[in-house]
Formats: sequence, C-alpha cells, structure tokens
Amino acid sequence: MTTSRIGHIAYNTFREAVRDRVLYNLIFFALLLLASTPLFGKISIGLERIVLVNLGLTAVTIFGMLISIFIGIGLVSKEIDKKTLYTVLSRPVRRWEFILGKYFGLGLTLLVNTFFMAVGFLAALLYIAHGFQRSDVQLLGALYFIMLQFMVIIAITLLFSSFSSPMLSALFAFGYFVIGNFAEELRGAANLLDGVSRAIVLGISYLVPNFTAMNVISQVAHSEGITGALLLQNSLYAIFYSAAALSAAILIFENRDLK
Amino acid sequence: MSAIEISNLAKTYQVGFFRKTEKAALKNLTLEVHEGEIFGYLGPNGAGKTTTLKLLMGLMFPTAGTASILGRPISDPQVKRSIGFLPEQPYFYDYLTARELLEYYASLSDVPAKERSSRAQRMLDRVGLGGAANTQLRKFSKGMLQRAGIAQAIIHDPKIVFLDEPMSGLDPIGRREVRDLIQELNDEGKTVFFSTHILSDAETLCDRVAVLNRGELQGVGVVADLLAETVGKREVIWEGASTALDALGTKVKIVGDIARTVIDDRQADAAIDAIRHAGGRLKSLMPVQGALEDYFLKHTEPGAGAEVKSE
Ligand SMILES: Nc1ncnc2c1ncn2[C@@H]1O[C@H](COP(=O)(O)OP(=O)(O)O)[C@@H](O)[C@H]1O
Ligand SMILES: [Mg+2]
Repeated sequence: MTTSRIGHIAYNTFREAVRDRVLYNLIFFALLLLASTPLFGKISIGLERIVLVNLGLTAVTIFGMLISIFIGIGLVSKEIDKKTLYTVLSRPVRRWEFILGKYFGLGLTLLVNTFFMAVGFLAALLYIAHGFQRSDVQLLGALYFIMLQFMVIIAITLLFSSFSSPMLSALFAFGYFVIGNFAEELRGAANLLDGVSRAIVLGISYLVPNFTAMNVISQVAHSEGITGALLLQNSLYAIFYSAAALSAAILIFENRDLK
Repeated sequence: MSAIEISNLAKTYQVGFFRKTEKAALKNLTLEVHEGEIFGYLGPNGAGKTTTLKLLMGLMFPTAGTASILGRPISDPQVKRSIGFLPEQPYFYDYLTARELLEYYASLSDVPAKERSSRAQRMLDRVGLGGAANTQLRKFSKGMLQRAGIAQAIIHDPKIVFLDEPMSGLDPIGRREVRDLIQELNDEGKTVFFSTHILSDAETLCDRVAVLNRGELQGVGVVADLLAETVGKREVIWEGASTALDALGTKVKIVGDIARTVIDDRQADAAIDAIRHAGGRLKSLMPVQGALEDYFLKHTEPGAGAEVKSE
C-alpha cells in the first residue's frame, strides 16, 4: 500500500503542476527557439547544428532547472502553510511517503516537460539539418543527463526547504546548481591553493553535485560520443546523491512540528 | 476499551527566533473518551484545543505525556486507519473538484480502488454537496469547504471522528446541519470528538464535555452534572405576602399578586416556612435551569486574547 500512496501523492503533485499551467513555459521555449532561427540564417550547415544543439539543450536545462527549483521550494511548505498536509498526515500516510510522493511527482512533471521541449528541439534540428544523422542518438544521452540533473536538483531543493524559507531555499538551490556546474573546475582550482582554503574549496567541490560530468552539451554538439561508462557513472551518481539528499530531508521532516 | 486515552499530555511552543521564550499551550492534560460517545472539547480561543488535536493526529510531538487511540499509542501508524480528522478552517487543493478531492483522500486512506468513486459520491450527497461534485474547490464558499472537510473526514468510514470547530463560520442552518450530521455519525456507532468555543453547540449534542482554559483542564463530565455544580439555585414563586422572603435579602420581582425570587438551594426549607408563616401560597419551587455558559464563565476568566462566545 505504501507504493500506491506514494503514487497517488506523486500523481496529485503532477496534476497540480498541470492545472496551474506550469507547462505553459513550453510556449516560451518554442518562442525562444523560433526567435533564434534568424541566427542560423547565413552560417554553414555544420555550424548551424552546433549552435542549435548548444542553445537548445542549454535552454532545456535552464527552463527545467527553474521549474524544479520554483515548484520544489513550495512542494512541502505550501502544504504546511495551507494546512492541506493536516488532512494527508492524519491518514495512514507516513511522512517519508509524502516526501517521496512529492519528489516523484515533480520528477514526473519535469519528465513530461522535458519530453515536450525535446520534441520541439528535435523538430528545429530536423528543420535546419533536413534530416537526422547517426550521431544524433547522442542527443538522447544528453537529454537523459539533463533529466538526471533535474532529479538531483529537486532532491536538493526538498532538502533545503525542509529547514529554511522558500526564498532562501531557492537561493541555496540555485547556488548549488551554478557551483555544481563548476564542480570540476573547482577541484582544479583547489589544487592551486594550500592549507585550510584548499580543504574548504575541495570540500565544497565534493559536496555540490558534480553537474560538470552530467553536462555533455558541447560534446554532443560536436558529435562526440557518450561512453557507456559515463552513462553508468552518472546514473549511479545521481541516484546516490538524490537518495542522500532525500534521506536528510526526510530525517528533518520526520521530527518536525507542523505548527 | 476507551476510544481515546490522554495522560499528562503537555505542549510548550518555542516562540521567537533569536530570543526564545516558551509558551505552555497545553499543561498536563489527562482525559478519557469512551467509545460511542459524543465528546465536546470546550474552551475559549487560545485555550489549547487545536494544539491537543494536532498532538493526537501526530502533526506535532508532545513535550511530555502520552496518548492512545483505541488502545494503540498515537505513534502507531495503524491508528490512522480508524480515525478521521477535520482541521480548523479547512482548506483543500483548490485545483481539484470535490469528487477528485474525495477520491484522492480515499486512496490515501487505502480505500480499495473500485469503491472510491461510489463512496465519494455518497459522502458528497451526505454533506449536501452532491450537486457540486464536479466543481473545483477554488469556487467553494466557506460553508461548502467545511462540508467538504467533513466528507473527507468520514470517507474511509473511521471509528473515531475528530472535528476542530466544525460549526464555526457557518450560518445557523449550516450549524444545524452539522449538528444533525454529528448525531447521525454517532447513531452509526462512531465516537465523535469535537472542539468548540460555542457552548450551545455542545449543550445539545454532547454526552460529556471537557472544559479547557489556558491549557488547563477545568472540568470534565456529563453536561447535567457540570451544570448542577454551577447552579445550586432555585426559583421560588408565590402568591400574596410579597414581603415574606425579605429577610433572605434576595431581589424580589412582584407582578400583581405574584412574587418571584431566586434563592440558594440551602435556603429552600426556610423559604417555604417563611411564605407559609406570612400567609402566602407557594406556587412553584424549581431548580434554576443552568446553562453550560454559567459553568464556562465561572471557569474561564476571559483574559488576554481569550474570548467567550455564546450564540
Ligand atoms: N505555532 C504556535 N506557536 C506559538 N504559539 C502557539 C502556536 N499555536 C498556538 N499557539 C498558542 O498556544 C495557545 C493555544 O492555541 P490553540 O491550541 O490554537 O488554541 P484553541 O484551538 O483552543 O483556540 C494559544 O495561546 C496560542 O497563541
Ligand atoms: Mg483552535
């Protein structure tokens, strides 16, 4: 019954996002792609493709990340503020089931959202390149990694919002996302330092999610392949990182007074 | 087995962020509610009623004490299968229709999938929302939300129903309907525990009541017993000899030949003698019909923020 309750909470979270017209951002996404087509006017086919892939996948990432954070900060706090949580937790719903339901619900929202953005993006690609090439399969890998980033950022947002205000949580999560994108650069920079500052920078670089490894946009833009090893490594990393963040969020939430 | 058993339950809130002060919202509450009764939990605003209910629902954790429901500690997840809860001033997912809301709650209460939709419809009919089943909750009035709230509290057929201020914010007809509904639920064998700051609601409905003020239990018992304790006065009506009871020093009202006054129970014999002695004729000697309000007023000084309301 646990899985069924988690499923229902997830579905309700998804339904809320759909009815609050969150998916309207897709229209902006389409407009953005449309507005950017003049950019491709005069450049050669090869370059066009590189620019479009870079632009398109970066837009997918940023749109999805914003949705993850802005819905994520309200997932729990809104239910507490509006007291809808009272009528959920006075049922056989465990607090951890509620958190997981919320997590997967927003994950589902992003999956659907990303799917539509991907369709728009691939249509634009088809339009300028007049066909797909073999290496375009790599694009699916890049989209998969983007989705993994969303799942990690949602877990982190849930964790932050379990102990801080929505505004602060958004700020923290956004900071995490940005720093996470420079995780490997940070690691490199740490080696140039020494002593305490080196330890601190190194610590941060391992604490933030390593989004550098999950960002393969420029590789796929240049039709470089994604290795099976990277696929496996990123999948496991995202699962463990999300699980750790969710466990911490649950631990905090389990003991919280809902005043 | 008792429906609810609360022992030495206490809750202290931490108030303030930088300089923490403590606010004792509930002090050492010990209370037992029997199976099958309608139990009224009375107290002015700020008495600690909502705090108690949130503790029982596991939404907050007590500072001290324990509570059990149907013989199981409230921390046992199994407890949640047999209870229903209507929060104070309920608010629901406003993007759902009433039917969707109830089906969602039914699924969270593990009601089998094939029963959910028929139960949702039945509950909506029962609380008078049958016609609004497909309306989004954002379009509901306060009274309709309250009804939806009651429907969600009973959708899974719980043994005990907890209602926090179920009649507040309703018009007289709505209040009457909620009262009838509580009575019906009780007739079906459910235990009903409801809080209110409106005395008349409790007076007509409850088997027993508890009175709470500033986090402390003032008394608990059968309504009639509590009233007997408060009152202990009798109304005397007699004919002729209107000055017969002047010695008792009570205020006498005289209309024509009939005199009327209210005396202490203990003075009853003396009063009868005095009237007869003065040549008057005793017409009636009745205990004053006390109101729960008298008890309430006596045990709750309306201090800062507290407000006693009777309607
Ligand atoms: N979240 C809270 N933080 C601090 N104090 C609170 C909180 N909730 C209630 N209180 C205080 O606890 C007391 C009891 O409140 P409550 O249980 O809501 O009373 P009632 O439901 O009887 O009106 C009140 O004095 C109230 O101000
Ligand atoms: Mg209250």
